[in-house]
Amino acid sequence: MFYRETGQFKTNYADDMAIFPIRQDRIGLALILAFAFLVVPFVTSDFTLKTIMLPFLALSVAVIGLNILTGYTGLISLGSAGFMGVGAYACYKLTTIFPEVNILIWIFVSGFFAAAVGVFFGLPSLRIKGLYLAVATLAAQFFLQWAFVRIPWLFNYNPSGAIEVPLRTLFGVPITGPTASLEVKYLICLCFVVGMTWLASNLVHGRIGRSWMAVRDMDIAAELMGIKLLNAKLMAFAVSSFYCGVSGALFVFLYLGGAEAGTEFAIRLSFLILFAVIIGGAGSMIGSFLGAGFIVALPTILKFGLPAIGIAITGATAEKIVLMIIGALTIYLLIVEPHGLARIWQIMKQKLRVWPFPY
Amino acid sequence: MLHVSPQSTSAAIAKGEVLLNVENVSLRFGGVKAISDVSFDIRKGEVRAIIGPNGAGKTSMLNCINGFYFPQEGHITYKGVRRQKVRPHEAASSGIARTFQNVALFKGMSTLDNIMTGRLLKMKRGFLWQCLHWGPAQAEEIAHRETVERVIDFLEIQAIRKTPVGRLPYGLQKRVELGRALAAEPELLLLDEPMAGMNLEEKEDMCRFILDVNQQFGTTIALIEHDMGVVMDLSDRVVVLEYGRKIADGTPDVVKADQKVIDAYLGVAH
Ligand SMILES: Nc1ncnc2c1ncn2[C@@H]1O[C@H](COP(=O)(O)OP(=O)(O)OP(=O)(O)O)[C@@H](O)[C@H]1O
Ligand SMILES: [Mg+2]
Repeated sequence: MFYRETGQFKTNYADDMAIFPIRQDRIGLALILAFAFLVVPFVTSDFTLKTIMLPFLALSVAVIGLNILTGYTGLISLGSAGFMGVGAYACYKLTTIFPEVNILIWIFVSGFFAAAVGVFFGLPSLRIKGLYLAVATLAAQFFLQWAFVRIPWLFNYNPSGAIEVPLRTLFGVPITGPTASLEVKYLICLCFVVGMTWLASNLVHGRIGRSWMAVRDMDIAAELMGIKLLNAKLMAFAVSSFYCGVSGALFVFLYLGGAEAGTEFAIRLSFLILFAVIIGGAGSMIGSFLGAGFIVALPTILKFGLPAIGIAITGATAEKIVLMIIGALTIYLLIVEPHGLARIWQIMKQKLRVWPFPY
Repeated sequence: MLHVSPQSTSAAIAKGEVLLNVENVSLRFGGVKAISDVSFDIRKGEVRAIIGPNGAGKTSMLNCINGFYFPQEGHITYKGVRRQKVRPHEAASSGIARTFQNVALFKGMSTLDNIMTGRLLKMKRGFLWQCLHWGPAQAEEIAHRETVERVIDFLEIQAIRKTPVGRLPYGLQKRVELGRALAAEPELLLLDEPMAGMNLEEKEDMCRFILDVNQQFGTTIALIEHDMGVVMDLSDRVVVLEYGRKIADGTPDVVKADQKVIDAYLGVAH
């Protein structure tokens, strides 16, 4: 009844091209942002911040990254976790070598290292597609995982083989390391997520996004529109890996606080990110968040939510059930609704727009 | 309306001069000879039909012209420059646009976005501006959107502007594909069976658009079409292929009266 565009006339193309052309959507977005910045950090328990919000925010950046590559450009990658690891180690090395530079800058810059590695492993994408490309990126994943364990320089020769996140501050307030408060970490993650989502949605709605989608939908015709396939694909790999890299740095520095990247950034995480893209909705920014939220929240809900309402379940069982649900849902959505939860959300909005008189 | 800006790669070519010259082109796929020693030219401003029975090599000819295939023998001269191996994106930037026999639209994108891809080559703002989508990048986007809206008005597809093209009926998809090619403001427009699978009314619309494009914007058109009535009405000159060879070339009246053409279409054994 209240969700519709009646009376909102667009008088110029700039308004019509806006990412959220309907006013109610813009208000909704503003409310969500206000809620996320002003309410969540103060009312949410530390447990929720730590087990849901932080991994959700950090991973959603990687899911957006893979969505750019898979959802918008049509190239499948199983190397996302590897690229996240590159970001995490780059950030670790940078901040130990140049501790005086603010960590936030290094988190951002570590994305460029991941981008360079991503472009390198993206080179085969000009020649191979689909399943074969997935296998090639799988090789990247295993190579990177190997490097994380075998090159002790990366973790500063720590006997434990793990990254130990040092204390870093912003205006005197600790933001990484054991003494940083969860609220601060949450707000920092949130700023990264909001900024990077804004950049990504600008990209996909403009010239570059259209050339990515053209390559995805029909590469022969894309070439005929003047798109250089190699450039478009490598740019998608670069941007996608950049996002994964930043996500990895956030994941280790703000969520885990220390990690053995060889185990954290394993193939399992690559698959989870791919499933998040499929479940959330390939080729949709909102879908990236729905997918990331789903894969992060589901294990917690099963592990802690079910016992809370009296259903006894062990952690190990919950873990297995999570994989079963995610697997089944992925297959179901691939067959029935390839555009994932985002499409279902869109259909609901469409229904709401004409409600209560659907005809 | 749309203004055709001559590309600066070579001297501007006046109406009536040779825009594209195909000389002794042969194309083989393994043992199959798709095109054998075919020569013809396309003059600036004309509608040049390429006709022939199924498998005659018409589509292959277009594929040679825009760089999908490289002929093993012969040359193609475009705007006075003899081309070496041209890639499709190079053909595009030299002013050649095309539609496909089986619609090759970007299925997941809206009509508007599909036609906007026709402007890609003319959009110059770099990566950082694209990230910000603000200032010069937004101004550029709006300027090109205006051109695209003129194409949309011209083809009378305002109502489906925001519809994903995968959901459109076939006839409209063909029209959107023409729009995408027109948005590039090409000098040479290659149309591969633009009316296949259309009903009479849609065909009439399409004929009207093709004639308007040719007459209003002066765009040179190479047209593959099976409907003889359409070919005779629209084209200035016709080249006829059969089994990869050229069997006739001339004005519609001359070609229509040619005994070899009549035989080819009636399927007389040689
Ligand atoms: N990529 C290819 N590989 C192998 N053979 C091909 C290829 N493309 C075309 N051919 C062959 O070349 C010949 C000419 O095909 P082409 O598609 O150019 O014919 P056409 O005149 O466009 O026919 P139609 O009217 O059916 O569209 C056919 O024998 C076809 O089988
Ligand atoms: Mg053909």
